[in-house]
Amino acid sequence: MRTPIAYFVVLSGVLFTLGTLGVLLRKNALLIFMSVELQLNAVNLALVAFSRMHLALDGQVLAFFSMVVAAAEVVVGLAIIVAVYRRRGTVDVDEARGLAG
Amino acid sequence: MPLDNVVFWVFAPISVASAVGMLLMRNAVHAALFLVVNFFCLAVFFLILDAPFLFAVQIIVYAGAIMVLFLFVIMLLGVDRGDDLRERLVAQRPLALALAAGFVIEITLAVRTGIGFATKAPGGFDAVNDPGNAQAIATVLFREYFLPFEVTSVLLIIAAIATMVLGQRKARAVTQAELRAMGAAKETGV
Repeated sequence: MRTPIAYFVVLSGVLFTLGTLGVLLRKNALLIFMSVELQLNAVNLALVAFSRMHLALDGQVLAFFSMVVAAAEVVVGLAIIVAVYRRRGTVDVDEARGLAG
Repeated sequence: MPLDNVVFWVFAPISVASAVGMLLMRNAVHAALFLVVNFFCLAVFFLILDAPFLFAVQIIVYAGAIMVLFLFVIMLLGVDRGDDLRERLVAQRPLALALAAGFVIEITLAVRTGIGFATKAPGGFDAVNDPGNAQAIATVLFREYFLPFEVTSVLLIIAAIATMVLGQRKARAVTQAELRAMGAAKETGV
């Protein structure tokens, strides 16, 4: 391994930022959800990179847990999006303003 | 140039480009496919970071299960409608871009002061991975992280039940007035 660990961490930060931009700029609830997945993956990359740097497996185990939690989160989140679509006929988050004053 | 360096510089631009592509695509299916490309790139990074078990899990769980679920829901809800790209909030886009630029600069500076750009991973990870990555992870997982592991299984069951509850069609209760109306309709019909 001759690649500096910092490269992986900066790449992870860039991917996380792109995910944040997706959450902030997109309107489709499904695309926002995909951007959240991108953020989770970016953090996983940082975890594995630090695990490699510190010669410990704890980071990999934590990344594994975050994958499991992401799977559970996707299942519940998509069910919520389908429920919202059934009720409103759209997944545009700007249309969901029932609580707006 | 060492091999893992080549792999990094080949796949890093692909992963960033696929993330940008996901951001810019109007069609949700195209965005999902770009996200799959990004997940595969991250799997390759796991491989050169000596985590072959996570490489396999990433491809099976993320690129396999999660993205199939996403595509299934996109197809279920209809794909023909493009995203409405008009922005209703004033200054949301410039503020978001400024935030993103600031965040990237901040992370770069933090990494530079924290670990430095020249720090290479120390050798000897093979000893940590002895006898193999999957076995070593299993040892850590079932010794030190056994309680979190069990809690995760509870979480998965809760998620499955929650999805069933959210996904069912509600059988609506019939009011007395509706019942009477139905009865009246039946009588007049006969």
